[in-house]
Amino acid sequence: MIQVLSFYLFAGIMLAAGAFTILARNPVHSVLWLIVAFFNAAGLMVLAGAEFIAMLLVIVYVGAVAVLFLFVVMMLDIDFAELRAGFIKNFPLGIAVAIVLLAEIVLGMGAYQAGSLKLGTPDGSGAPVAGASNIEAIGALLYGKYLFLFEAAGIILLVAMVGAIVLTHRQRSGVRGQNIADQVARRPEEAVINMQPEVGQGVKL
Amino acid sequence: MIGVEHYVVVSSILFVLGVLGIFLNRKNVIIILMAIELILLSVNLNLVAFSSFLGDLTGQIFAMFVLTVAAGEAAIGLAILVIYFRRRGTIAVDDVNRMKG
Repeated sequence: MIQVLSFYLFAGIMLAAGAFTILARNPVHSVLWLIVAFFNAAGLMVLAGAEFIAMLLVIVYVGAVAVLFLFVVMMLDIDFAELRAGFIKNFPLGIAVAIVLLAEIVLGMGAYQAGSLKLGTPDGSGAPVAGASNIEAIGALLYGKYLFLFEAAGIILLVAMVGAIVLTHRQRSGVRGQNIADQVARRPEEAVINMQPEVGQGVKL
Repeated sequence: MIGVEHYVVVSSILFVLGVLGIFLNRKNVIIILMAIELILLSVNLNLVAFSSFLGDLTGQIFAMFVLTVAAGEAAIGLAILVIYFRRRGTIAVDDVNRMKG
């Protein structure tokens, strides 16, 4: 009973937050509604018994992606009212596309309910280990069967990081930077030395 | 009792909301990126629900990879957004076609 209740609570709040995300006037509010949607989706995943993915969702989406969005929205000085100009004009087309898409999904699910489609059954290679927690079972699978995919995911993140840095890095002119090659090539003979000669002695160069 | 159908219905509604968001906010690329995140979230929800109800963890592994790609996509997308704003002073994306590529 409590499970059913919390499912409808999480699902309702998530869908409402998703709707507010795309309808909000202020993009900052959009980001905050997006965070609400992510939290409730994590709740739904906990209900489905996937605690690890739920926590990952909170950490990665709320902790990293949503905060990144928030930074960019607040950093850029944008007139958001002007960007909403086409909202009413695009509304009929958007609703039409959404209704067609929803109808297609409902049609597909109806066909599945009618029993005309076979989804197949899992072959058991990814079955959870008996007695192990969700995290242990995922770890066993991730570092065993899907090790190379896991490393490929790491490479994707590396490429994304390098790409973001290369794209946004800019060489400023008029800034005195450090020339590391010059510093390394420096010799003691050509250095400037602080000397305190006696009066009348002079300095030997 | 909550079955996989409930999850599929919820995630399909969320998917449609994401697509609707792309169509409604055609100019504002930040909202478009957020709508893409909503779409990927609904896909993740679907993967996790099926993985849980079929008793096969592969779906959760793939949800993790979708999460990875979503994070990378958000980073690159926002980086492109920042350099676009730096050059043009606006983020209205309905006139990006001036390069005629």
